[in-house]
Amino acid sequence: MSYPTQFRYTKEHEWIDAKGGIATIGITDYAQHELGDVVFVELPAVGSSLITGKTFSSVESVKAVSEIYAPASGQVTEANSTLQNTPESINSDPHGAGWLVKVKLANPAELNSLMDAAAYEAYIEEKKKEASA
Amino acid sequence: MESVASPQNSALRKTPLNALHRSLGAKMVNFGGWDMPVEYPSSGGLLAEHKAVRNSVGLFDVSHMGDIRIHTAQRQGGALDAVQHITMNDASKLAIGQAQYSAMLYPEGTFVDDVIVHRLGDDDYLLVINAGTREKDINWVQMNTQSFDCTVADLSDSYTQLAIQGPRAADVLKKLTDVNLDGVKNYWFTHGTVCGLRNILIARTGYTGEDGFEIYVPSDPGTSESVWNKVVDVGKEFGIVPCGLGARNTLRLESKMALYEHEISDKINVWEAGLERYCKMEKGEFIGRTELAKARARGVSRTLVGLEMVDRGIARDGYRCLNENGDAIGYVTSGSPSPTLGKNIALTYVPPAMSAIGTPVYIEIRSQKCKAQVVATPFYKRPRKAIAS
Repeated sequence: MSYPTQFRYTKEHEWIDAKGGIATIGITDYAQHELGDVVFVELPAVGSSLITGKTFSSVESVKAVSEIYAPASGQVTEANSTLQNTPESINSDPHGAGWLVKVKLANPAELNSLMDAAAYEAYIEEKKKEASA
Repeated sequence: MESVASPQNSALRKTPLNALHRSLGAKMVNFGGWDMPVEYPSSGGLLAEHKAVRNSVGLFDVSHMGDIRIHTAQRQGGALDAVQHITMNDASKLAIGQAQYSAMLYPEGTFVDDVIVHRLGDDDYLLVINAGTREKDINWVQMNTQSFDCTVADLSDSYTQLAIQGPRAADVLKKLTDVNLDGVKNYWFTHGTVCGLRNILIARTGYTGEDGFEIYVPSDPGTSESVWNKVVDVGKEFGIVPCGLGARNTLRLESKMALYEHEISDKINVWEAGLERYCKMEKGEFIGRTELAKARARGVSRTLVGLEMVDRGIARDGYRCLNENGDAIGYVTSGSPSPTLGKNIALTYVPPAMSAIGTPVYIEIRSQKCKAQVVATPFYKRPRKAIAS
């Protein structure tokens, strides 16, 4: 799967897609593959605050709970409620239908310090090499 | 999210099939100091593997488990006495070719390990033990059988142990052996030629709650890989997939089979764990019997029950359990989604007063109190076919 060039990426495998001052956040294809089948997702309430680097959600596979870290700060405007009944869309469409939340960004410039698609792809190539070394 | 990647770790122990699992792209995990496959993306992952075992057949590498042989060359000898001394079930009831679920206990009546005892010959027994307790168990057996006239051998590294599990397991194995598998009943075993290898132990045992077999082949990687590949090859017709420890855990949990350090441990006794059926006090002396008799007279202060989540949320190992008043009553010993039931299930120890079916139990999930209720176990029981005549 190719990584959308308009997204920005974190080392913890979150993606963020900003349009104007509103950003959509999810986890990457690499992350969903590492996790395995997603069976449960916990999302923050609309109106709650995200703080950069702090956990705001958890995504659970059968075997593990994964905390999701906020790539940027802001206020939650929407949470993807379809994930309650179909958490597996995080596996099948992690960059699209599997989005987690939409936020009104407190400081859009924060995204400048995140990786672009090329940098993220290089980063996960390194990770894959480490894993099979 | 936190990284779940599992890089190669040379400090971990490896089964003879380690390279094969990695070549299949298995996700690897550290289990009790062993580098083991937790799931195979090429199989479809944990849920697909679990489903395959329940509906058709799956293949597991369980070579990390251990094997201890206790034997003499006599018709009647010190081996049976030794086994009787260190285990709680009655091995004298075993016919040659028969196995039993049992356990080794501390003098306190708590668990050293659970074990399957196989009677190989007149005075010849094979104990199959857990991976994480191999050294502890071998030391325990050697120490506690010194006064008996028998030989104790650690055969753990001699075998690659494969588990073929599911309703089609017999169909798969029949293609690889001339042994009459229909004549091998549940918890019985035989020896025969498998994949051209002679005198292979074939046991109708497993840890999934389905029909299935465990075969013990020579542990050199060449033979091990060859057998694995042959099983997968003939099993394709039946939908066989390699299965990892992830599915192994969800399968055994649904069937309410104990896992050491979870439902049984050196702090839990036989009565609390609900394993009285496998503890034959009437057989005579064994390590733990005296304390167990006292404990039985005292009664238990906690008992193992099954839970089903009522509120949204997954109860996991180690999560705190509370009663309706908010008092802490224990911890989840094992908890996970149940792929077969489509519910989130758990096992936990509760005071006997809370063990009735329907009793509410609250699970602390990341500081939220989520409601669960006591349900009957096992959570899943495989359908029994009528024997075709």
